[in-house]
Amino acid sequence: MASKLTTSNRAGWAFALPGFGLILLFIVIPFFFAFYLSLTNQRLVSPNPTEYVGFSNYEKLLSISVLTIEPEVDTAGVVLRDDAGEAQYPRVRSFTRNNPDFPQYDGMREWFRWHWGGTAKVVVATDVVFWKSLRNTLMFVLVVAPVQAALALGLALLVNQKLRGINIYRAIYFMPVVVSIVVVSLLFRFIYDGNDGLLNNILSFLTFGLFEGRDWLGSPDTALGAIKAMSIWQAVGFHMVIWLSGLQTISPTLYEASSIEGASKWQTFRYVTWPGLRNTAVLVIIVITMQAFALFAQIDVMTNGGPLDSTTTLVFQAVERGYGKQDISGAAAISVVLFLIVLSISMLQRYITRAR
Amino acid sequence: MANVKLRGIRKSYGKTEVIKGVDIDIKDGEFVVFVGPSGCGKSTLLRMIAGLEDITDGTLEIDGTRVNDLEPSKRGIAMVFQTYAIFPHMTVRENVAFGLTINKMKKAEKDAKVDDAARILQMEHLMDRRPSELSGGQRQRVAIGRAIVRDPKVFLFDEPLSNLDAALRMDMRMEIGKLHQDLGASMIYVTHDQVEAMTLADKIVVLKDGLVMQAGAPMELYHEPANLFVAGFLGAPSMNFLKVTVDEIGGDWVQVSSDALASVKVPNKGRAFTFGQTATLGIRPQYLTAAPDGQGMLNGKVILTERLGSETVVNLAVADGTTLIAAIAEDAVLVPGDDMAWTFDPAVAHAFPEVS
Ligand SMILES: Nc1ncnc2c1ncn2[C@@H]1O[C@H](COP(=O)(O)OP(=O)(O)O)[C@@H](O)[C@H]1O
Ligand SMILES: [Mg+2]
Repeated sequence: MASKLTTSNRAGWAFALPGFGLILLFIVIPFFFAFYLSLTNQRLVSPNPTEYVGFSNYEKLLSISVLTIEPEVDTAGVVLRDDAGEAQYPRVRSFTRNNPDFPQYDGMREWFRWHWGGTAKVVVATDVVFWKSLRNTLMFVLVVAPVQAALALGLALLVNQKLRGINIYRAIYFMPVVVSIVVVSLLFRFIYDGNDGLLNNILSFLTFGLFEGRDWLGSPDTALGAIKAMSIWQAVGFHMVIWLSGLQTISPTLYEASSIEGASKWQTFRYVTWPGLRNTAVLVIIVITMQAFALFAQIDVMTNGGPLDSTTTLVFQAVERGYGKQDISGAAAISVVLFLIVLSISMLQRYITRAR
Repeated sequence: MANVKLRGIRKSYGKTEVIKGVDIDIKDGEFVVFVGPSGCGKSTLLRMIAGLEDITDGTLEIDGTRVNDLEPSKRGIAMVFQTYAIFPHMTVRENVAFGLTINKMKKAEKDAKVDDAARILQMEHLMDRRPSELSGGQRQRVAIGRAIVRDPKVFLFDEPLSNLDAALRMDMRMEIGKLHQDLGASMIYVTHDQVEAMTLADKIVVLKDGLVMQAGAPMELYHEPANLFVAGFLGAPSMNFLKVTVDEIGGDWVQVSSDALASVKVPNKGRAFTFGQTATLGIRPQYLTAAPDGQGMLNGKVILTERLGSETVVNLAVADGTTLIAAIAEDAVLVPGDDMAWTFDPAVAHAFPEVS
């Protein structure tokens, strides 16, 4: 096959060009453009000229502090308590609004607090919604990546058997992948519905009416969990197929050798299957992590970030700010932060799973 | 050590029968080689003995016990595969010890066994390497080591040398022969290479299309092939076949002739011929010699000579268009184009009623 086409350098570049071109146009250039925008005060539509503002967008986004507040005391120095016996604390506003003693907290708002040694530790941030979206995104990734990867591997092992009609199962598990995530999200809005949703009906049927039903997406306690469950279900088939392709690269004679040696099912998995899936595992974990960080469509369709910002995510915030609030530069800053997080996590994953 | 008995063994994949009723006896400590062209069912037969394939019909006994339905690991066999089937992520030591590790043998005992195998195979210096750092021959040695430590009653080899280059193949062949002498275990060895079969075997089983063509000691098969197939399969260069007509039939002989061949009386070895039928005369190249003046039995024109050092192989064109091969003494000088008379000893020629 040593034709001119396969040996010439120019032909190689020519074949690569469309790919490179698209990557350049839609990924590399927008990234640098976003970085540039994040250093300005650009708005979507604005009569004023764009100005260079340095890193102030990042400062607004990232500034976070812990404020220690002493309980209020009466003139005798006794801690004031309310009717329930809880210590009374001065309002956070008194520190963050025009308080000349604490200029570093100016404009910040409370994110959450805990009590420690008779004082209240209050985490305050300039952009609390950003921090909430960061936390939600991380919680989403931390649950979805391992659970989805493990579930997909389990399914792949199941459908990798030589059984009659096994392709039907492969197809069934893969089907949700083919359906657009927007459609899936719409369907799940009905399933999770608080009044007459399918999930409530099933649970109530299974518990003989004991389960009273709840509004899954309407409560901050369950909304993100519901979205995690749905997202895992929707894409698990895709990763099952990747695992499956990894499983099929393992030589059948290795399994025969281990069966002759008398390996149990678990030992076969441990000594033959799992080591053979190393590269696949790296791929699956990195891909899932990246996809999970990009969580947007489900949020946009199902909850719009609510209730009480309990499901808002980084990408959702970027879109919301850029197009909803017309704050293009703030949105660009979020995108750059997200990029850096994903980049460092991928590099960490590659380092951990490097070939030794 | 053990004997193995196959009775009426059959194997079908769906409707296609690939092993069509095979009876073989393997004595304690015997080295038996299954030989035959590609696709004749050697591997299938071996894999049935190993327990990697179900036996469709017939009885398989190891040491007098029917083992048809026994797990591979319970049959007391060890198998060496053509593709080595060693585990890429384990060191040589871990590979060799694999079966012992799985069966939770104590470390001291395990190490002793593994070291013993390493010494027998002269690979002590390789024990900490990974398979990717080994040559093909070394990998095969690891696979053999893994077989040795199991102390199997029967060793099974499936074309273990086919993936090695010619020089290495010869070395490993001798080593396997020596291993058999040292261990004294029963061995079943599958190959399509008749040289391996001739050099290694105590007993050769020639297979074709799922049937045993002949079984016996190598020289017995070489000198007394039961049929045309065995005659043509064993020996290098392979036996010459001439199409002849049966002119006369005697008690233990048959007289044949053809356009190329003067009338000749050869032993019939108990085979039935009918007068006037077309039959095949087989002459080994080593027995075909240049004839003194006027005593030739056939005329052959030299078309090609190949000096191999120990002998010279001559291709001859004879009157009926067949090409014959003669292997003659190394110092004979023949010029292509020479038309010469050739002769052979009728007592060592073979007559077969079949035509190829
Ligand atoms: N799993 C299978 N399904 C169907 N046919 C098979 C299978 N394995 C082997 N065969 C057929 O059985 C015959 C014998 O195969 P095999 O034992 O591998 O031959 P050999 O080892 O002598 O080259 C071949 O014709 C092959 O096509
Ligand atoms: Mg084979």
